[in-house]
Amino acid sequence: MKALRQYLDNIKPNFQKGGRFEKLHSTFDAFETLLFVPNKTSKSGVHIHDAIDSKRTMSIVVMALIPALLFGIWNTGYQHFLALGQPDADFWQMVGYGALKVLPIVVVAYVVGLGIEFMFAQFRGHEVAEGFLVSGMLIPLVMPADVPLWMVAVATVFSVIIGKEVFGGTGMNIWNPALIARAFLFFAYPSKMSGDLIWVPGMTNGEGIVDGYSGATALGNAAVGKTELLANGNTFDLWHSFMGIIPGSIGETSTLAILIGAIVLLVTGIGSWKIMVSVFAGGYLMALGFNAIGANALMSVDAIHQLCLGGFAFGAVFMATDPVSGSRTETGKFIYGFLIGIFAMLIRVFNPAYPEGVMLAILLMNTFAPLIDNLVVQQHIKRRLKRVKVNA
Amino acid sequence: MSDVIKIKKGLDIRLEGKAEAVFSTVELPELFALKPGDFPGLVPKLAVKPGDKVKVGSVLFYDKYRTDIKFVSPVSGEVTLVNRGERRRILEVVVKNDNQNVAEEFGAVDPKQVSKEEAIEKMKAAGMWPFLRQRPYNIIANAHDEPKGIFISVFDSAPLAPDYDFIVAGQEKEFQAGVDVLNKLTQGSVHIGVNQQKDSKLFLSTQNVTTHTFSGPHPAGNVGIQIHHVSPINKGEVYWTIQPQEVISLGKLFLNGVYDATRVIALTGSELKIRNYVRTKIGACIVPYVANNVADGHLRYISGNVLTGINIGKDGYFSSYHSQLTVIPEGDTSEFMGWAAPGLDKFSVSRTFFTWLCGKKRYVLDANLNGGRRAIIVSGEYDKVLPMDIMPEQLIKGIITLDIDKMEQLGIYEVVEEDLALCEFVCTSKLEIQSILRKGLDVMIKEMS
Repeated sequence: MKALRQYLDNIKPNFQKGGRFEKLHSTFDAFETLLFVPNKTSKSGVHIHDAIDSKRTMSIVVMALIPALLFGIWNTGYQHFLALGQPDADFWQMVGYGALKVLPIVVVAYVVGLGIEFMFAQFRGHEVAEGFLVSGMLIPLVMPADVPLWMVAVATVFSVIIGKEVFGGTGMNIWNPALIARAFLFFAYPSKMSGDLIWVPGMTNGEGIVDGYSGATALGNAAVGKTELLANGNTFDLWHSFMGIIPGSIGETSTLAILIGAIVLLVTGIGSWKIMVSVFAGGYLMALGFNAIGANALMSVDAIHQLCLGGFAFGAVFMATDPVSGSRTETGKFIYGFLIGIFAMLIRVFNPAYPEGVMLAILLMNTFAPLIDNLVVQQHIKRRLKRVKVNA
Repeated sequence: MSDVIKIKKGLDIRLEGKAEAVFSTVELPELFALKPGDFPGLVPKLAVKPGDKVKVGSVLFYDKYRTDIKFVSPVSGEVTLVNRGERRRILEVVVKNDNQNVAEEFGAVDPKQVSKEEAIEKMKAAGMWPFLRQRPYNIIANAHDEPKGIFISVFDSAPLAPDYDFIVAGQEKEFQAGVDVLNKLTQGSVHIGVNQQKDSKLFLSTQNVTTHTFSGPHPAGNVGIQIHHVSPINKGEVYWTIQPQEVISLGKLFLNGVYDATRVIALTGSELKIRNYVRTKIGACIVPYVANNVADGHLRYISGNVLTGINIGKDGYFSSYHSQLTVIPEGDTSEFMGWAAPGLDKFSVSRTFFTWLCGKKRYVLDANLNGGRRAIIVSGEYDKVLPMDIMPEQLIKGIITLDIDKMEQLGIYEVVEEDLALCEFVCTSKLEIQSILRKGLDVMIKEMS
């Protein structure tokens, strides 16, 4: 390590003011601080600091996403072979196929996104913020496995520039960047982001698919009234949905893998339990309410089952909890999360064209989070003012 | 005794290096210095020049705008040096001690008989007034204000803090005299905040005070937190505060008629070899206390505690309000992949390091920032360490955007730097919250005057 440190110290002057590569200062700094915690010490205020920093925070979230990613890789392969009518294919064959499909998407998202982040940091003379480490992992996980790579690239460009950098970078954005990427693709290329054919890799080309295999997601089926598939023992029963052995976006299918991630986030305290709990609570209560009405097929899907379908769990655990775009006050978190749950179910049930409501629900509540916070703060101020009156 | 006020939020940072409750005898240093920088907002005007002879209690400098507020010499001797910084700002007025202890006479008065005006005048003349500070803002009190009360926190909950029970032992008479004087200054009462876990024998036996008992982690010992829980400060209200050792000095002034700058200082911190208490005077040079007494390596010498103290360097001088010296490693080394390591020797409130599994271990922490500055990302961090009905993040944002209404509504009158110091400690984005808050307080002082 000493040799590496020495090498960095040797080349450092080139990147500092007046050096040959002054323009690449942020880039150098990013790599240097990635390798070594910087030697900066406190100048004013407290002399000691908590060991946590933004790199640690972000890398914990990335770690929490790993189970979903690994499961997504296997499931991508499994669904493919299932469509081919070869559900008995070798485990490693499935993983291999899945990895070939999924990893390029991950690489494209990271390379494109980080490239832009570095450029912006350079222009602004900032340090490179770590926010994209998480977004770069979230983006692939909310894509269908068959999405063309160029679309991933375009969506990433859009999300980083329009979703984040125009507002001032990590910490300033209004919406969750990864959801911006997905929403962008959804509205710009609907044929590639919705429908029955895109969820299982290979189906878009229509090669060698066994007869009668539809490839539609559970929600897609339910939306057209085929709720019998959700019944016990069928393709989309509670067990399959919970385990995630169903078609869907790469990382969203397995509620189990997502819950493992949720535990990591909750134990480390990085993810807000208030938001997670209230999203699930909102969704559950709303689904229960719909059960009571039962006016269409999706309304009568069992409430617990609803929570395991589509991107609901993924959104609740990884998207809604983004502290930057979510509500920042403690009371606000409950309201914010609860409304996400409600709206997700509402959109899911009443929007015939697109039965996946979580993405839109979170983006909607991202928009309203500052308003919720403002209400909470006003309430707080009012209470403080009352104190004066009591005293007087 | 009143009910115990339980402080729930907060954090005790378990640092290595507490002082042992014994006195060591170290000879007084040759040099003493008074630092105008210790008094926020002060514009000093020099009253002496190098070469002047001074006595204990002779004026060294005074407040340019409130000329009756004087800052006096802790020892007798000769002014040797006036250190100046940028734009000729006065940093230190250094006095060489002649060990004669010749003191200015201010005349003894019975604290019980003295009138308010007389007491104020005497305190100002003898340089005791600057120790009376006001909330809001934590600046030197204004004698024309009518304070709601005077609050003394008689325990310090900061990391490695000195034990006041030990420091004040045997000075009942002086403390009581000081309290009697304070009682003359306010129509409200003199409050003391004691810690439930401590004996506080001397403090509990003091007459003419209202006692409040607190329990819980730091910042329970901060006087601002105590005031908040007893009788929060609203717009236009003022509390005065003073620290226990200063009350004793005040008592001595009235009993003996001379200014007494004696302070007991706790020598703390992981890098000090012998850690105990010493009797010294305000503004003492720290050299004799750290000579041959520190570990190797690049060290940071802090007057005060690790949260609110100031970096004074290895030959600096104690600040006027501090009763503690802390020596910690500077930590200006880079650690390979430190953000990814399991970090078993790192202290973190968050459970992202596995140290939360390690129980009650004590830690050696250095001054490294442990990361780079970022925009505020994580939410709800500050709330967990501020036991007040205040939304710290929103307040800080109000200050950054200079929104005066918001600052006022969100409670800037109730907080000073030390109250938000823990927020700065836990901040993932490494914001300098205390200096942001000071800027906000300065703005408010300007706006309100």
